[in-house]
Amino acid sequence: MLGVSLDQYGFLVQGAFWTVVLSLMGFVGGTIVGLPVALARISRGWFLCRASSAYVQFVQGIPLPVIMFVVYFGVSIYGFDVNALVAAAIAMTLYSSAYLGEIWKGCIQAVPKTQWEAGECLALTNLQRFIYIILPQALRIAVPPTVGFLVQIVKNTSYSVVIGFFDLTYSAKILNNATFKPFIIFTAAALIYFAICFPLSRYARRFELRLHRRNA
Amino acid sequence: MTVISMNTVHTPVAPQDGAQPMVSFRDVHKSFGALEVLKGIDLDVMPGQVAALIGRSGSGKSTALRCINGLEKINDGELTVCGRNLRARDFELRELRKEVGIVFQSYNLFPHLTVEQNVTLAPRKVNGLDAAESRALAAEVLEQVGLSDKASSYPEQLSGGQQQRVAIARSLAMRPKLMLFDEVTSALDPELTGEVLRVIGKLAAGGMTMVLVTHEMAFARQVADLVVYMHQGRVWEAGKGTMLDDPQTVELRQFVGSGL
Ligand SMILES: Nc1ncnc2c1ncn2[C@@H]1O[C@H](COP(=O)(O)OP(=O)(O)O)[C@@H](O)[C@H]1O
Ligand SMILES: [Mg+2]
Repeated sequence: MLGVSLDQYGFLVQGAFWTVVLSLMGFVGGTIVGLPVALARISRGWFLCRASSAYVQFVQGIPLPVIMFVVYFGVSIYGFDVNALVAAAIAMTLYSSAYLGEIWKGCIQAVPKTQWEAGECLALTNLQRFIYIILPQALRIAVPPTVGFLVQIVKNTSYSVVIGFFDLTYSAKILNNATFKPFIIFTAAALIYFAICFPLSRYARRFELRLHRRNA
Repeated sequence: MTVISMNTVHTPVAPQDGAQPMVSFRDVHKSFGALEVLKGIDLDVMPGQVAALIGRSGSGKSTALRCINGLEKINDGELTVCGRNLRARDFELRELRKEVGIVFQSYNLFPHLTVEQNVTLAPRKVNGLDAAESRALAAEVLEQVGLSDKASSYPEQLSGGQQQRVAIARSLAMRPKLMLFDEVTSALDPELTGEVLRVIGKLAAGGMTMVLVTHEMAFARQVADLVVYMHQGRVWEAGKGTMLDDPQTVELRQFVGSGL
């Protein structure tokens, strides 16, 4: 097809599989680290608040490819032989936790203060107020921006090409070296990225509209 | 002004000798930064009494009310509520909140929970009621506010007046000794204030001790044992409802005359 064999397209799909795997690892890792970051950002404890804020600013201030390099080469200096997947997953976790932490902090703060107060006046503890009153409302608010950020994660996994991780971008690069059909191959890669991301952004948009209609 | 009819008439409770006040302000001062909002409040509310705080916007009514359940901390003076000194070292805010209910102008219902869940959340989590007990409790307090048929509705499906009555039921479910109301009808359309005031009137008739901030003069006169006119952070004039017919100060006369 267009001078590229079906097997070669299959090679791209293999790459796409690892893009999805890395995206999921980045998202799960980002959630595990990002949720505590969000909680620390809103905590009244001076140290937690400062430390988490510093973490977010630090990670957000470094380009993702550089994070990839630091994790990949930095860790091997200490004698650990990390493979590219582990390094890329750690880097994506760092990156997405900083952004998800910030997004979710905003979602928690978007729940009106009066909701905390109403819970306080009913003698609920801080933790009870958070779990039963604030969190359920914050989660609903968080769906659109979180799914939206998932699109960023998927696209940004392509930076793992700098440490030689075999993903969609990397497979396209190899294929191009073999076939010298850059336009066709990279267009195919672009379409696959789009096919992964488009349903996500559509879902985010739809959910957002539904929220707005409910709140109207 | 809303004129409401109540099938039960509240009999005024006179302070009894020897009884401890439920709420007692002694020279209470409260500032926000440099702004002194309460400039030495003295006020006693006895068990079973209904006190109505009236006054212009900004005179410190809400602040005084919020001090009673510890939402605002006082800077000076003594404040005793349900026998607890709010400035005592071993004072436990959560213990006070179990005994003092408060209802705000803006209802502040939990939008993601049904009416029944709104009402039973605190009784289950704070007082440890089980599912059956809390359902019976919800049925009881929703009946009290006339919303038995709305248990499984969500707040957004209710009118403002109904939401406010749910908020009252939610407070009542904690079986408070004292209820605080802060302009609970001010956000409502005039035709919806009556149903909320009737519920409060019924509570008063049932002997509930209450402090309410209100702009409803007719209601204050009708239901309150003690009307407290606040002006510029002070109790300017206080007495029975009849004091509104014969103000002793220029400020209260102007306030009553302004129709607000
Ligand atoms: N949290 C706060 N921070 C700063 N100023 C406040 C705060 N709450 C109330 N005030 C000020 O205190 C004064 C009295 O307010 P408030 O008690 O709400 O009066 P009222 O309920 O009689 O209208 C107002 O000038 C108001 O701006
Ligand atoms: Mg007020």
